[in-house]
Amino acid sequence: MSTTRTENDGKARLDDMKQGVLGEPLPRIDGLAKVTGTARYAAEYPIDNCAEGVLVTSTITHGTVTRLDTQAALTMPGVIAVIDDSRLITRAVQGTAGEAPQQAPVTVCYWGQPIALVVAESFEQARDAAKRIHVEYDASPNPSLSPDDVTPEEQEDDTVSQGDLEQAMKDAAHSVDVRIATKGHASAAMEPHAAIADWDGEELTVHASLQMLNYNISELADALDIPEDKIRLIARFVGGGFGSKLGISPDVVAASLASIKLKRPVRVVLSRQQVFQCIMRRSETTQRLRLAATSEGKLIGFGHEALVSNLPGEEFCEPVLQSSHFMYRGENRELMLNLARIHRMTAGSVRAPGEAVGMPALEAAMDMLAEKSGVDPVQLRLMNIPDKDPENDLPFSSHKLAECLRQGADAFGWDAGPRKARQRREGEWWIGTGMASGARIHNTMESRTRVTLSADGTARVETDMTDIGTGTYTILAQMVAEMLGMDPAAVRVDIGDTRHPRGPGSGGSWGASSIGSAAFLACRAIREDLAARAGVAEEALDLRDGKVGGGRTLVDVLGGESLSHEGHYKPAKAQEEYTAAGFGAFFAQVRVNHFTGETRVDRMLGAFGFGRVLNRRTARSQFLGGLTWSIGTALTEALEFDPRDGHLVNCDLAEYHVPVHRDVPDLDVVLVEERDAIASPIEAKGIGELGMCGGAAAIGNAIYNACGARVLQFPITPDSVLASLPRDSCKLLREAGAMRGLA
Amino acid sequence: MQPFELVRAPSPSDAAQLTKDEHTRLIAGGTNLLDLMKLQVETPSRLADISRLDCAEITDTPDGGLRIGALVTNTATAVHPRVRQDYPVLARAILAGATQQLRNKATTGGNLCQRTRCFYFTKIDQPCNKRDPGSGCSAIEGVAKLHAVLGTSDQCIATYPGDMAVAMSALDAEVHIMKEDGTERSVPVRDFHLLPGDTPWRENELGRGEMITAVTLPPPVGGAHYYRKVRERSSYAFALVSVAAVIEIEGGVFTRADLAFGGLAHKPWFDPAIGAVLLGKAADDALFDEAADVLLQSARGFGENDFKIPLARRTLRAVLTQAVEDAA
Amino acid sequence: MFKGTIIAKEAAKGFEEIQDMAGTIGINGTAHSLPADPRTSLLDFLRHDLGLTGTKKGCDHGQCGACTVIVNGMRINSCLTLAAMHEGDRVTTIEGIGGPDAPSDLQHAFMAHDALQCGYCTPGQICSAQAMLAEIAEGWPSDATADLTSEATFSDEEIRERMSGNLCRCGAYANIVAAIRDVARGRADATV
Repeated sequence: MSTTRTENDGKARLDDMKQGVLGEPLPRIDGLAKVTGTARYAAEYPIDNCAEGVLVTSTITHGTVTRLDTQAALTMPGVIAVIDDSRLITRAVQGTAGEAPQQAPVTVCYWGQPIALVVAESFEQARDAAKRIHVEYDASPNPSLSPDDVTPEEQEDDTVSQGDLEQAMKDAAHSVDVRIATKGHASAAMEPHAAIADWDGEELTVHASLQMLNYNISELADALDIPEDKIRLIARFVGGGFGSKLGISPDVVAASLASIKLKRPVRVVLSRQQVFQCIMRRSETTQRLRLAATSEGKLIGFGHEALVSNLPGEEFCEPVLQSSHFMYRGENRELMLNLARIHRMTAGSVRAPGEAVGMPALEAAMDMLAEKSGVDPVQLRLMNIPDKDPENDLPFSSHKLAECLRQGADAFGWDAGPRKARQRREGEWWIGTGMASGARIHNTMESRTRVTLSADGTARVETDMTDIGTGTYTILAQMVAEMLGMDPAAVRVDIGDTRHPRGPGSGGSWGASSIGSAAFLACRAIREDLAARAGVAEEALDLRDGKVGGGRTLVDVLGGESLSHEGHYKPAKAQEEYTAAGFGAFFAQVRVNHFTGETRVDRMLGAFGFGRVLNRRTARSQFLGGLTWSIGTALTEALEFDPRDGHLVNCDLAEYHVPVHRDVPDLDVVLVEERDAIASPIEAKGIGELGMCGGAAAIGNAIYNACGARVLQFPITPDSVLASLPRDSCKLLREAGAMRGLA
Repeated sequence: MQPFELVRAPSPSDAAQLTKDEHTRLIAGGTNLLDLMKLQVETPSRLADISRLDCAEITDTPDGGLRIGALVTNTATAVHPRVRQDYPVLARAILAGATQQLRNKATTGGNLCQRTRCFYFTKIDQPCNKRDPGSGCSAIEGVAKLHAVLGTSDQCIATYPGDMAVAMSALDAEVHIMKEDGTERSVPVRDFHLLPGDTPWRENELGRGEMITAVTLPPPVGGAHYYRKVRERSSYAFALVSVAAVIEIEGGVFTRADLAFGGLAHKPWFDPAIGAVLLGKAADDALFDEAADVLLQSARGFGENDFKIPLARRTLRAVLTQAVEDAA
Repeated sequence: MFKGTIIAKEAAKGFEEIQDMAGTIGINGTAHSLPADPRTSLLDFLRHDLGLTGTKKGCDHGQCGACTVIVNGMRINSCLTLAAMHEGDRVTTIEGIGGPDAPSDLQHAFMAHDALQCGYCTPGQICSAQAMLAEIAEGWPSDATADLTSEATFSDEEIRERMSGNLCRCGAYANIVAAIRDVARGRADATV
């Protein structure tokens, strides 16, 4: 028996359930597979006769491939073929595109662009042969490489002009007008992009490392020009994504074309350098913040402008202003986002596109306003929380920023007394604290999942939704166990396979609330069937520990039959009548070395309101991840591009500095209780991105409080601290008697 | 990697002889060589495995110094009781470099020969005089944050990336080299690495037909030992600037100041004149600046790495300030 | 004249081929023949030739630690070493530390503390932690050790420094440290 459930009545039901497992800190159900190394990732499926492919990438920035000399490579031992099919894709697909990106790799748009694939019997043979392909180009002269070199395109949807900001700046008792730059970021997921494609003459099966199979299958079908129903995509375990695996990547299409051509399975794994150079970068940004406030610190004007970049033809534009539109009050507003077209690698989604860099800049400016106005930074935020969206007057679906600020400050031990930089010193180290608000817009996406309650009283949930480390496996087991009244161990979660109903994909932090809602709806349909069999109203159905109403067992009620329903969640129209976001507050204590400008984070805390908690353990882990990324954004992560050919220079994990163990201290997370009934039927919002939307500013603001260096760029590296230190620092030191041992 | 044959060298002199072939490389830990072979920066047709040769011991020398075999791992050196006791600057320098996994594999000889991390050297599609003589230096007008400010040439501004050799330089250690005929010669570590000049591909004194067999440390010099490394992560990052120092202060004046610097040049930077400024004088800020002036008198930045000049000054000041505090 | 033993070769170049080159390498207690192509890294040998895919390839250049295995008691990056150079060596991979039927104390602790998210760095973290605890027990100092001549002490800062060769992009570091701390205490209690 199978029906489709589509309505979304928004009525909170989960709190009426009896099993009591939803929200509980259940250890992740895929944990054992992961700690024993038995969880299989894309490249790890044992497939007989699998050939190995390695991509050849361009060594010019812009132009045309005029000749691909494959002679030398093809005569090398083990080399099977060179694939230069015009269907190869030149870049990774942007999230939710659902169609192929630019193909035909004879046209080169950035240094490092894939142009061909070498296939050999072994990986070493293929890697070597890829270096022996001689490529001739017709290079275009002087491609634009720097955002400052071109006239940018205004993103009109983001432009807001309300009141008169310039006048407000003049009228303000306190104002801040500051420019802040952020460097580009890489997702740098630990598992490199990889695919094994196997064409059996009828159907193409691809094991790939992807976040959104529901879109990816359309993208691959479009790229290959074959029907979707001939394709099966499998991604049961994904070694991190952070935006870089939203869309299909060049390895997926290359492996597929090679398999179809060679009629044998082909594996393509990108090298780490290729992952850096031809997947996605977060755009660098230059931002201007203008804040105008009354003498008490109340905002009357708010300005946020940003310049970002991308390749010609790419739609994605780092949405820097996304949460700035509704974060703070201020009736006079100017917001504008500009996009520069340059020939650097594709810019796209990296964890929390927009707020990851927009919020730190805004929150650094807020710290400057707090200093100017003499208002405590926490109080300044509290007094500027708007009652409704300041640009479109929509109400907020739920808004927990104030609670996050208060609970966070309390848990951190925030000193609300007068603040002055350079007040605490231990040996060589200045010590200071800082805070910042955070926000991340909330979205949900259409999702389907099938839930089956089997005659033996166990359940199965099936969807093509992925778990990229977020905890999808576990929260789905908890959702079904809660709704159907059973131990989560009795729920089999079968995900990451396009043979199953289409989920929402993992991205934009919408995964859990969307797929959780679909599972909720499927379970509710099953409950209605059970209620009919038990002769009670669904609302009165008491399911717990495999029993109905504490009496008959589920097995008994099912009587040898199984019940199966597909839950189909569609975002409700009502959501459009609200502004919905997760909110948070970040607090950090840092030490800055007086001599060298090195910064260490001593401790950090985040308090977050994000709707219903589905699993306290995995939710906390997501926030730990966000805080860790905040540290990277604040201190270490920066993509560097060559000024002459635009290639990504620091294209490996030795020189692109993701935080290491020693960079990350004990982190505290406060989960602020919230139910957001508008956000989703299960009253949950996103977690994965919120944890880094502003956190870097808490660290930057703490650096200022520690040593007096107001660094107007992220990351805040030792050299930038030294360049911003007050000039009289040594003199001050002596006055403070801190330079012991010095005359 | 390009295809190669792997042979096992039975003795150091055989290994030395094998290197007469320009397409042969010796491999011990392999952590740097294989890294570069995968990128095809190194393309030997033969690797001679020397990892099982009898050069993996640390022994006392007759004069009370220490002989560290070329195949002693970085870990074995750093954890050796005498190194920790008598040459802590060396243990500190090694522990500040790389990771435990790499130090467990990397060897003394290999680490001395570690090649630069210059972004352009490691990309075979970019011009680089070190990798491809005459092709030009991409770093001079490129991304040069990690690059040298001392002893550069118009051919190359790469840095030597290691830490161990910086400490060995401060300690005035000797590199022992075996020739193909079985005879040995030795070179002070301070002279082992070369400045780029017009031959940036020549990085050290080791010639064809030679193999490093050991490094000897002189008898313990006492004093307080410091290795201060400034980097962009708190661990597992190459030095922006590092300072190795052996310092003695008696009665408030410097009686020993052996200083070597990493991250600034194509070699560990040692100049006896820097320490000489300090000797016999009472510590103060102005004196530290005087020493830094000697260190940096010929320093030249290339834009992005200009900061290394003040950073070197400040790091030296940090080390000397610490030494003064410890001596008090 | 050179008298060396040829371990493996792709092309004969005038060196006498030794018949007994069929050396083996011990992986988790089982002897395996060395690979034919000397280019094969220990990592690719494990993952591809032996199907031991628990050891992960994250960067192939010794920069991430996902490939960490324990060779003769020492943790190393299996990507930066040739399998053919490990004749006679004993290699322990994550599969040798504990399978799903009998996870080790570290594996249990990683689960209990949610010391993993995507799981890709996890086997390397566990192998690294396993060796790291032994290194502290041996008294080896680290960059975080204040006094090089005294006994190494166990602290969170020591764990963090010693584990810094294992990147985790999901950001599970805080939980990984908690898991290792628990195991270290548990093992210490067990030996009292």
